[in-house]
Amino acid sequence: MMRISALVRRIFQQMFRDKRTLALLFVAPLLVLTLVYLVFNGNSVDPAIGVENVNDQIIEQLEAANMEIEQLEGITDTEETIIEQDLEAFLTKEENEWKLTLLNSDPGTSKALQVQIQQIVNQTIQTQALSESSMKIDSSAPPVKTDYVYGDSETEFFDVLSPILIGFFVFFFVFLIAGIGLLKERTSGTLERLMATPIRRGEIVTAYLIGFGVFAVLQTAVIVFYAIHVLDMVLVGSIWNVIMINLLLALVALSLGILLSSFASSEFQMVQFIPIVVVPQIFFSGILPLEGMADWLQLLAKIMPLYYAADALKGVMYEGLGFADISGDLLILVIFAILFIFLNLVALKKYRKL
Amino acid sequence: MNETISIRQISKRFKEKTVLNTIDLTMQEGSIYGFIGPSGAGKTTLVKMIVGMEKPDSGSISVLNQAVPNFSLLQEIGYMAQSDALYPELTGKENLTFFASLYQLSKTEMKERITYAARLVNLTDQLSKKVSAYSGGMKRRLSLAIALIQNPKILILDEPTVGIDPELRQSIWQELIQLKEAGKTIIVTTHVMDEAERCDYIAMIRDGAIITRGTPAELKEQYHATSFDEVFLNAGREK
Ligand SMILES: Nc1ncnc2c1ncn2[C@@H]1O[C@H](COP(=O)(O)OP(=O)(O)OP(=O)(O)O)[C@@H](O)[C@H]1O
Ligand SMILES: [Mg+2]
Repeated sequence: MMRISALVRRIFQQMFRDKRTLALLFVAPLLVLTLVYLVFNGNSVDPAIGVENVNDQIIEQLEAANMEIEQLEGITDTEETIIEQDLEAFLTKEENEWKLTLLNSDPGTSKALQVQIQQIVNQTIQTQALSESSMKIDSSAPPVKTDYVYGDSETEFFDVLSPILIGFFVFFFVFLIAGIGLLKERTSGTLERLMATPIRRGEIVTAYLIGFGVFAVLQTAVIVFYAIHVLDMVLVGSIWNVIMINLLLALVALSLGILLSSFASSEFQMVQFIPIVVVPQIFFSGILPLEGMADWLQLLAKIMPLYYAADALKGVMYEGLGFADISGDLLILVIFAILFIFLNLVALKKYRKL
Repeated sequence: MNETISIRQISKRFKEKTVLNTIDLTMQEGSIYGFIGPSGAGKTTLVKMIVGMEKPDSGSISVLNQAVPNFSLLQEIGYMAQSDALYPELTGKENLTFFASLYQLSKTEMKERITYAARLVNLTDQLSKKVSAYSGGMKRRLSLAIALIQNPKILILDEPTVGIDPELRQSIWQELIQLKEAGKTIIVTTHVMDEAERCDYIAMIRDGAIITRGTPAELKEQYHATSFDEVFLNAGREK
């Protein structure tokens, strides 16, 4: 116990002397998160919508929703019109069918636009139907048929992006800083020197988990609160579940970082792990749809901690799942952490066989 | 006098290279043992094995009648590595305090030992400086102070006086001699022949084997040498 607390105290002393690393841990994620947020919410220019055969009531509603309406006539090639006239979407009514064509150059904005237009059209039709006859109308108003110039309706980018981003930042920064922390101890020879004292391998691993764990907890709390309260990210479920997922993820990142540091002989080599270990996890974390991938790729996703964390985070933040629904994901994260901690104990045998 | 360290039939190879070849050696308390020999002879490997940081392929080592490696033994062994292993972001005092708290020492003992060790290596005035601002010799001295911090019975010093000026080297050796008189077993590896002459016993290591051993006077006689430099050179030639 004495030795663990001595080691933890030393880690704190080193961290507080290292202002750059502190900034990397606490300021960098907030900056990047803000930047991404601004990039994705930067559609302040009113979208231009072309319409044909659409009644005035709907046009009014669309204009009220901050859309720039261009009334067109006799359009034959819809896609060419959209591209030439620089439109975001084109809405038309042919016989009794509504048809919406989206430019879809940016799936995020297109999706939002589609939902908005669909709502307006449906509402207007319903109110019209209500005023024309006081009879009860069947709730299935004629659907707006949607076509896309680029991509398809499966592209729901921004909705799922923000929870994954939070998880990713926690994982990435904790991984890097804990890994480099232990690596410095290896390269400076102090880890070997420690092995000449009566410290146990388990005590070193525990102290590292506690020492850097405290920073990981603080970082997680800062990121989560910032994302939700300052950036106003969607959070349907409980914030405590979000924090718990991120804490477990941080523990996995911590133990994986210090484990991989034993396979690196310099800080540069530690950085080399980022494209191998960290970047692939982004692709498998659900930013890209897994369903379309080859079977073996989907299997690969199952060995990535970020996949489970992202799944749980999406569940809580976006779909509002509760603790019971995400407990499976959490359990797997716990198993990852235990596995990495155990491997750490084995890896330290390199320095002393005791 | 009690036997404190006994090394029996130790061999060690790294990959194909034999680094230590059936070394036999016993040491007693109250003596200074000097390991000399050319660079790459295996001195560091041998002392690391005594600490328990390196495992022999065959043979065994016991220290204070306990087989190495052993946790309770590490409390009794003060080790100074050949290259300084310090935390540059921390001050000298913080380094000393950190290492001291890894051993079983009471609060007052710890304070006393830190004061003692710092005074011995003449660093008392520099303790509040960060180690990153230390000179090479100051780092070496801090490493020596750390080796002494828990008042161990066994002191293993791997080239302790490299980069230390002659005056301080003189006072460090005086202190080592006092420690030995207090009953400690001290092992020093060195390339400095006048330091070797101050040891009670010398083991000359070459290519992983002890090629000769004895008191400095015995070795001088054996190799018909007037200075210890000559002993080193003559012993090397004979091989
Ligand atoms: N971890 C290792 N892996 C492979 N070879 C090693 C390792 N450690 C030491 N050696 C080899 O063992 C031999 C003895 O090394 P050692 O450090 O014990 O020499 P030394 O006598 O202390 O030399 P010096 O006086 O230069 O400090 C050298 O040839 C070295 O290359
Ligand atoms: Mg050496």
